[in-house]
Amino acid sequence: MGWRVEAVSKRGKLRVSILKDTFFITVNATQVRVTSEMSVAAAMMMSGEPCRTSVSGEPRGPLCGMGICMECRATVNGRKHQRTCQLMCASGMNVVTE
Amino acid sequence: MKEAFDLAVVGAGPGGMAAAAIASEAGLRVCLLDDNRSPGGQIWRGLHPNTSTTNPHGREFSARAERLLRTNCEIWTGSQVIDQPAPNTLRIERDGELRDLSYGKLILATGARERFLPFPGWTLPGITGAGGLQALVKSGLDVRGKRVLVAGTGPLLLAIAAGLRDAGAKIVAIYEQASLKKLTRLGFTLRNHPGKIAEGFGYAKKLRGIRYGTGSWVKSAEGSIRLERVTVTDGRKEWTHECDWLACGFHLVPNLELPLLVGCVVSNGYVTVDDFQRSSVSGIACVGELTGIGGLDKALIEGEIAGWFAAGRKDKAHALSPQLRKLRTFTRRLDEAFALRKELGALCRPETIICRCEDVASSTMQTCASWREAKLHTRCGMGACQGRICGPATEFLFGWKYGSVRPPVLPASLSSIAVMPEPRTGQADALKPAR
Repeated sequence: MGWRVEAVSKRGKLRVSILKDTFFITVNATQVRVTSEMSVAAAMMMSGEPCRTSVSGEPRGPLCGMGICMECRATVNGRKHQRTCQLMCASGMNVVTE
Repeated sequence: MKEAFDLAVVGAGPGGMAAAAIASEAGLRVCLLDDNRSPGGQIWRGLHPNTSTTNPHGREFSARAERLLRTNCEIWTGSQVIDQPAPNTLRIERDGELRDLSYGKLILATGARERFLPFPGWTLPGITGAGGLQALVKSGLDVRGKRVLVAGTGPLLLAIAAGLRDAGAKIVAIYEQASLKKLTRLGFTLRNHPGKIAEGFGYAKKLRGIRYGTGSWVKSAEGSIRLERVTVTDGRKEWTHECDWLACGFHLVPNLELPLLVGCVVSNGYVTVDDFQRSSVSGIACVGELTGIGGLDKALIEGEIAGWFAAGRKDKAHALSPQLRKLRTFTRRLDEAFALRKELGALCRPETIICRCEDVASSTMQTCASWREAKLHTRCGMGACQGRICGPATEFLFGWKYGSVRPPVLPASLSSIAVMPEPRTGQADALKPAR
């Protein structure tokens, strides 16, 4: 389930809508079912793909989960070196490991 | 493109949100910036105002978020500060686009990251930080039925294990490197903080039946392409656990890159501030973990103090100082209790990688005498994370001082670099040969 702030009333109450839809993104040509509240890094780990290969050829996955270690970087929609833990899944996204 | 604000607050965690809300309510034009896609920082990551009211953190976050949204504060998420190109100006990158922001006053609330220490096998996928795994679960990673070992050090281990269990993980065990003696001593000092004791009992209840081993630490991890098993030791004997995930972090270190970039004085690992959170640079305040790892309560109080002070309400800021003093004492006690044992510095084998970006092994690093020498000769700390992970590790392992910062503070696109100004005179002079 995802959520989105729709409006803030004068008394300061939030109106929030719940998003339940799932959709697919592509990770190295594999289709992975995700939701809009899932990060690309989470989707990659669930697809079983390591996020990247290190300079000496080791498989690597996310370490810090908060955009600092850069271990989860991948090419997303043609843009290289995206920190996938900071990026939420969007319909039709194409992720290629580096 | 340049926008002007009375106050810029960098970091939308508890401290930044508290500061921004108070300053905006007092009538300042405030911009709250965060690298993440939504406010809340690490502790409130993944919470949302109407469905998280069952847990106390959810309620606190809802209240703070509502208060902030009622003001005219601008919130720029997904925005990284990469440079301060001129005094009172921040350069921000968002989705590959640049914008400059000018500020009258600045509050830095950039929080902390986990400290990671290398051990044989720590680069295998499936090994994350303790907070790292929690963050991944909060952003959708499914751990239902997975065997998770939680290890390292710090008060967060219990909270993290409880959260993972709530998410459906099977917690194999929790291993804390601090000795039972040190933890007991911390327990006695907690008598002044009943809220923390209640929180601790809450976690203990949630973690009933799970082994909590003190004075024990991970010695090595094995697996072919992914983590399969972990070897743990208490210094006398060692034993092995099969598991799917190892969540291992060694307390926290502050994110000092921005304070250093703008010139704040740092001592003993934290930004030096006075009772009003003022740093050594005029007009710049630092709050939260930057001034000492003290968690949520300290960040909120410090944020409020800095917010009031920025708004010119010294009296309001001063009224909070007794509370702050108590929390700062607690911070020191935490640092003492969770100090790293020296055995953790002797885990690496010659081939164990220390710098994960450039794959620099322990044996190569040991030939160097300083952080600077290691950077020049081995490329340690020169990769994508710019030493954020291996810097704190080498500080513990070799006693090296890391932490020189130059823009861009985070990796930025070449198009952003292309419009960066020439080095400032001070820096350019440093390049000239000495006479």
